[in-house]
Amino acid sequence: MSQILFIDNLSFKYHEKTVLKNISFSTDPGEFVSIIGPNGCGKTTLIKIISKINKPEKGNIYINGKNIQTLSNKQLARHIAVVMQSSEPVSMSVEEYVLLGRLPFLKKYQFFESARDIALAHNYMALTGILKLAHAPINKISGGERQLAAIARALTQEPLLLILDEPTSHLDITHQIQILELISSLKKELSLSVLIVLHDLNLAAEYSDRLVLLNGKNGKIYKTGTCDQVLSEKSIQEVYNARVLIRKNPVSKKPCVFLVSQNALDKKENPVL
Amino acid sequence: MKPNRIKRWSVILIILIALVTLVSLLALCTGSAGILLKDIPHILFYGKGTSDYSILLDIRLPRIILGLSIGGALSLAGVLLQGMFKNPLVEPYTLGISGGASLGVCINIVFNFYGKIGIIAYPLSGFSGASLVIFLVYYLNNNTKDIKSNRMLLTGVMISYVASSLVMLLMAVSKTDDLQNIVLWIMGSLDEPNTILIKMALFGSLAGLAGSYFFCFDLNALLLGEDEAANLGVNTTRTKKFLFIIASFLTGLSVSVAGIIMFAGLIVPHFMRMIAGPDHRILLISSFLAGAAFLVLCDVIARVIISPLELPVGVITGIIGGVIFIWVLSRKQVTL
Repeated sequence: MSQILFIDNLSFKYHEKTVLKNISFSTDPGEFVSIIGPNGCGKTTLIKIISKINKPEKGNIYINGKNIQTLSNKQLARHIAVVMQSSEPVSMSVEEYVLLGRLPFLKKYQFFESARDIALAHNYMALTGILKLAHAPINKISGGERQLAAIARALTQEPLLLILDEPTSHLDITHQIQILELISSLKKELSLSVLIVLHDLNLAAEYSDRLVLLNGKNGKIYKTGTCDQVLSEKSIQEVYNARVLIRKNPVSKKPCVFLVSQNALDKKENPVL
Repeated sequence: MKPNRIKRWSVILIILIALVTLVSLLALCTGSAGILLKDIPHILFYGKGTSDYSILLDIRLPRIILGLSIGGALSLAGVLLQGMFKNPLVEPYTLGISGGASLGVCINIVFNFYGKIGIIAYPLSGFSGASLVIFLVYYLNNNTKDIKSNRMLLTGVMISYVASSLVMLLMAVSKTDDLQNIVLWIMGSLDEPNTILIKMALFGSLAGLAGSYFFCFDLNALLLGEDEAANLGVNTTRTKKFLFIIASFLTGLSVSVAGIIMFAGLIVPHFMRMIAGPDHRILLISSFLAGAAFLVLCDVIARVIISPLELPVGVITGIIGGVIFIWVLSRKQVTL
């Protein structure tokens, strides 16, 4: 299978401070890859470099075999769709908001979206379950619904690669599961490559095909691989400075991270520690 | 949905065009000469050479055209700035751009540039002052994370103060002739005898409207924030640069021809956004038309309220606009 995204030896400095160093990894069609790591380790920066908002110090990024530096913003937006962490609320209808996803495809001097553009927007609104909210103002719907609208807008771009920056933060577990289930089913149906930043290690383990664990201390990738390969008590200890227990989820057989309070650690009664 | 939208937009446009026509007719028959609306067609067709004819065509009509152009230009500049900065309280006056333009024009008067390069020196100096301020305000606030913060407004207000102090400084050191020139010009009025400047205002504002339409989709995307707009394929740096130039051009032109007219660019876009929605495809033209009608209406009020004397039109827009500014500010949630 051909790679959708290929990041080759990427480094990034911010005010002389190394944020990312020698980052290399790739994603395949229909693959769900999560980027995990502590706060401030450069996860969002990495996304901004892939979407050409920030410029890398060195290294190259290829999307579908093409170096992103050779693509215009518009061409890039036809390949990559990004759902950012905090979409600022604006007073437009959900439908108008989702239709903005067709902007990269409008021809020069085209003043109205085509019937196909509108059909696509409606299709993805139906798929994400927000079609009934089409005429509601986007700043009046709930956080979960807004996140679904952002995903619908991103899908309306018909991207090869869908990038999401912490799509589940500030949401209750109903919406966390709803959104990750949706993305999992989409990657299969549309053979979409998904790159997602997640804070919750258990959610990442449960839904990802592969993990990329960033190490905030030196900006390098600590480890990349399947969830079983990456999530270990040792790796969490080294990257996050946190003592955790890792057991298997009895149903999904995916690794599950247990946090342990200092109080419990101090008692040391528990033989498993 | 699409035919629906086209229908809605058409209705808005038709109403606004009707409004502009209505206000223009009202302005045409308002004044001390006591010309009645029903007599106007007769005067226009058969009254060539009479004093009523020249009052209509040489005094009132140019004033209406100027009012429409300046009102449209200022509202359009307001829409562009509000869209770019994502702040409903910015407009040429509150951002200090008008102040910069007025300083430019004063420098032009004191150093007699208009004597050297002709009447074009007025809009040119206005444009230079306006663009200087707009870049200053932007770069002073570029590093703040919270773009919506009203810090930018404060910067603009302060720049306005500095500009008006410098204008006063120029007035203090200038010759009597220049002083009179500056005072008359600062008062701000749509009573402009120079037909070249009126033509410049008309074609300049229409050019600004046409130019801004190249960026209507980019402005829509910018509503989501700069990063989101970039993700949708907008070259935000380039777009902002062009929009800055268009906004300074419109403001510089307005200020150099009609003096400072406060808040005209604030009220109209705000209400048009409520009526027509946030889509810039309809917002740009509807704000232009509504702004044109608004300023001509304010001018009519300024002419009749203490008749036979006239108020500067900026007094009327300043009072209405100031009150609305406070009202907008006091509402709990101000979102675009």
